[in-house]
Amino acid sequence: MQKTECTRVLETANTYKVLAKEDLAPQIKLMTVHAPDIAEKAQPGQFVIIRVDEKGERIPLTLVDWEKEKGTITLIFQEVGVSTRKLSTVAVEDAILNIVGPLGNPSDIRHYGTVAVACGGVATAAAYPIAKALKQSGNKVISIVGARTANLLILEKEMKAVSDELHISTDDGSKGYKGFVRDVLRTLIEEGQSFDIVYAIGPPIMMKTVCEVTRPHGIKTIVSLNPVMVDGMGMCGACRVSVDGKTQFACVDGPEFDGHLVDFNLLIKRLKIYFPDERKADELYQNTEKNRHE
Amino acid sequence: MSKSKEKLKHSIPMPKQKPEDRIHNFNEVASGYTKEQAIAEAERCIQCPEPQCIKGCPVELDVPAFIKLIKERKFDEAIQKVKEANSLPAICGRVCPQEEQCQKFCTLGKKWDPIAIGRLERFVADLELQKGIQLPPLSKRTGNKVAVIGAGPAGLTAAADLAKLGHEVVIFEALHAAGGVLMYGIPEFRLPKKVVEAEVAYVEKLGAKVRTDALIGRSFTIDELFKRGFDAVFIATGAGLPRFLRLPGENLGGIYSANEFLIRMNLMKAYRFPEFDTPIKVGKRVAVIGSGNTAMDAARSALRLGADEVWIVYRRSRNEMPAREEEIENAEEEGIQFKFLTTPVRFIGNEQDWVKGMECIEMKLGEPDESGRRRPIPIEGSEFIMDVDTVVIAIGRTPNPIIQRTTKGLETTKWGTIIINEETGQTTLEGVYAGGDIATGEATVISAMGAGKRAAKSIHEYLMKKRKSTRK
Ligand SMILES: Cc1cc2nc3c(=O)[nH]c(=O)nc-3n(C[C@H](O)[C@H](O)[C@H](O)COP(=O)(O)OP(=O)(O)OC[C@H]3O[C@@H](n4cnc5c(N)ncnc54)[C@H](O)[C@@H]3O)c2cc1C
Ligand SMILES: Cc1cc2nc3c(=O)[nH]c(=O)nc-3n(C[C@H](O)[C@H](O)[C@H](O)COP(=O)(O)OP(=O)(O)OC[C@H]3O[C@@H](n4cnc5c(N)ncnc54)[C@H](O)[C@@H]3O)c2cc1C
Ligand code: SF4
Ligand code: SF4
Ligand code: FES
Repeated sequence: MQKTECTRVLETANTYKVLAKEDLAPQIKLMTVHAPDIAEKAQPGQFVIIRVDEKGERIPLTLVDWEKEKGTITLIFQEVGVSTRKLSTVAVEDAILNIVGPLGNPSDIRHYGTVAVACGGVATAAAYPIAKALKQSGNKVISIVGARTANLLILEKEMKAVSDELHISTDDGSKGYKGFVRDVLRTLIEEGQSFDIVYAIGPPIMMKTVCEVTRPHGIKTIVSLNPVMVDGMGMCGACRVSVDGKTQFACVDGPEFDGHLVDFNLLIKRLKIYFPDERKADELYQNTEKNRHE
Repeated sequence: MSKSKEKLKHSIPMPKQKPEDRIHNFNEVASGYTKEQAIAEAERCIQCPEPQCIKGCPVELDVPAFIKLIKERKFDEAIQKVKEANSLPAICGRVCPQEEQCQKFCTLGKKWDPIAIGRLERFVADLELQKGIQLPPLSKRTGNKVAVIGAGPAGLTAAADLAKLGHEVVIFEALHAAGGVLMYGIPEFRLPKKVVEAEVAYVEKLGAKVRTDALIGRSFTIDELFKRGFDAVFIATGAGLPRFLRLPGENLGGIYSANEFLIRMNLMKAYRFPEFDTPIKVGKRVAVIGSGNTAMDAARSALRLGADEVWIVYRRSRNEMPAREEEIENAEEEGIQFKFLTTPVRFIGNEQDWVKGMECIEMKLGEPDESGRRRPIPIEGSEFIMDVDTVVIAIGRTPNPIIQRTTKGLETTKWGTIIINEETGQTTLEGVYAGGDIATGEATVISAMGAGKRAAKSIHEYLMKKRKSTRK
């Protein structure tokens, strides 16, 4: 049969084969996946929604990197529950069942001047493409990367490559500054470093506290919100967040918002809605996995 | 009165699971006619010379013809007859609001029960699904390619018709499964997902390809589809955006849009959590706001998920409820409670910011409004608090906006629906057609299918004309 453009569209579909897999830190993995249509359109700040298998949940993951020529995308994820644990068991050459994307609005990348990219934990993965694009657009990029402890730091080399300055902080002081990302940012500001904009990407509590640091100085702070999502295309409202007192859907109106207008307490509470159920499911999953291997 | 006349009067009742049983499972409520029951019902049809029933069907199904074939026990021929007009008969037989469409016009219905057209349609469709689907003759390939966006009833119908006409069709669907509302909205106990899957498979057998995980507007734009070699596009993206009440406390835990609730339940099979990974949380006292099919579906699902008490809270009265009569009756039989002339004004949370109460106000009905229904007016001082731990908001849905936002020149109304020529389905762009809920706002499965049919016809004409002019 003659191959038409149209069948090409189809052939690339639904393969989502895992091409490479790497452990970045305990419980944090990198995966390169064949998804040409997504690689073609991906922009910094966007994400995909994946479903690992027939019984799987739909979960959002940020597009960390992509190569149009090879038709690949890179995902980095932390194993926190059933879906991410299942994902980590997908072997190289095996496929993820569904990936849809790119979703969400791209970051507003332009020449701002001096930019701080403050990120922590696995969210460094989400910050990396943004830092890279900001750097390419001629900004002075000062990155502050945090983690609980030194061996949980990821993408240090990559962040260094796209930053004019890189600061590290760990909660336990095992590497870099002992303390939180927000403390490093506060110190920089107090020492006279001026910022035209701050990107803060990490757990809600980290973004909230960074916003508290920048607010008195009137530094515009963009955050990338991570509420629970289901469809990722505006149809369910599970991802609703409150920004400037108005309800917004993070999947289509975001995921980036002006951090000074975000109701973080609401975000944190809504993230906990399924916590007890997810925990139970996770224990069940881990037990059956263990039995399977014994 | 003669016995045969007595027989003419009443339609054969549909066998159903008993309410006390069915509220504990997700199996289909109505089990369908047996052969004998179907024939007996078919025998009631008086084969009107000018059948009114056809007029009530948006896809103009030849009702008397297929009923006659049932009467003659020619079931295979009966389903072929049905499928000439309707590619999704097992679905329509179950969820069409027949009392508002074909059956409303049935001559017999003027005095007695109308013919149970939907049940008969379901009967022949189910029989074929059991025996294996027969393919109709397909036209010669035309070499034209059509992109259909959205795999709901409008998209599937257009795709089936276009494929039958020999066009190469690709259906792009954003979700991981085809079916639209049939798959993610309408619950298993009313429309089993294997029925939807079987009818989607039929459309695929006709030659249409389904590409899931493709959100048009993001994954590809309409322009890019043309650049990738498609000759025409049919937009059938539905009305999938949930409307909220915009009341204080609406973002508390335990408050869902009906869409979220139903997507978790149906598409993600949360009622089988933790076997399936997606959870759903239903408490003991559930309030569903609204009174359409969606509200009934959410309420009846909540009951099956283990709620002790479920209320439908509606600001008008029973007479104004837009849900299908059959579904209201099913809900009543199952013990769903109704609070009419009542609307919430705010939601109250507990220490964990989980909903624990809903302040409501009572209403009275005033003069009719634009929709012709009497306008509800709040009664001052009638506020009261309902103790609830789960709330589902089912007050309607608005058009999916992603394509409208990313397609230059595609004009929309102020409600966000895509503007089309009613007859042809053509939008303000050449080669781009639209239909179903995206053009009309929330309507019905069969009206979306009617729109899909009309659009397929005009797309075919458009392509044939374009071909002639390029050949010259
Ligand atoms: C736009 C967006 C982009 C994201 N990008 C990434 C990414 O690049 N890498 C990555 O590792 N994670 C990312 N996340 C978070 C990721 O989606 C969740 O970790 C995942 O859904 C958890 O699924 P699970 O079944 O493994 O865990 P669950 O069992 O669902 O949850 C386990 C724990 O994680 C918490 N949790 C659940 N959902 C989320 C969430 N959406 N965000 C934060 N915590 C959550 C729960 O409260 C619970 O404590 C992103 C989230 C969003 C909304
Ligand atoms: C809970 C519920 C119960 C109902 N019960 C009944 C009933 O009993 N009887 C009845 O007649 N009607 C009922 N309806 C209404 C009926 O389902 C709809 O009118 C009908 O499904 C509309 O069909 P559609 O094809 O226009 O859109 P939909 O069925 O909404 O399908 C649209 C499809 O397009 C996809 N899509 C959206 N945007 C994009 C995009 N950008 N790219 C790719 N794909 C996209 C969506 O994911 C979806 O699959 C009910 C509706 C609901 C919500
Ligand atoms: S498709 Fe629906 S409206 Fe048409 S005849 Fe069948 S049940 Fe009636
Ligand atoms: S109107 Fe009623 S009785 Fe007459 S042909 Fe149609 S279904 Fe039969
Ligand atoms: S994830 Fe469903 S609306 Fe955003």
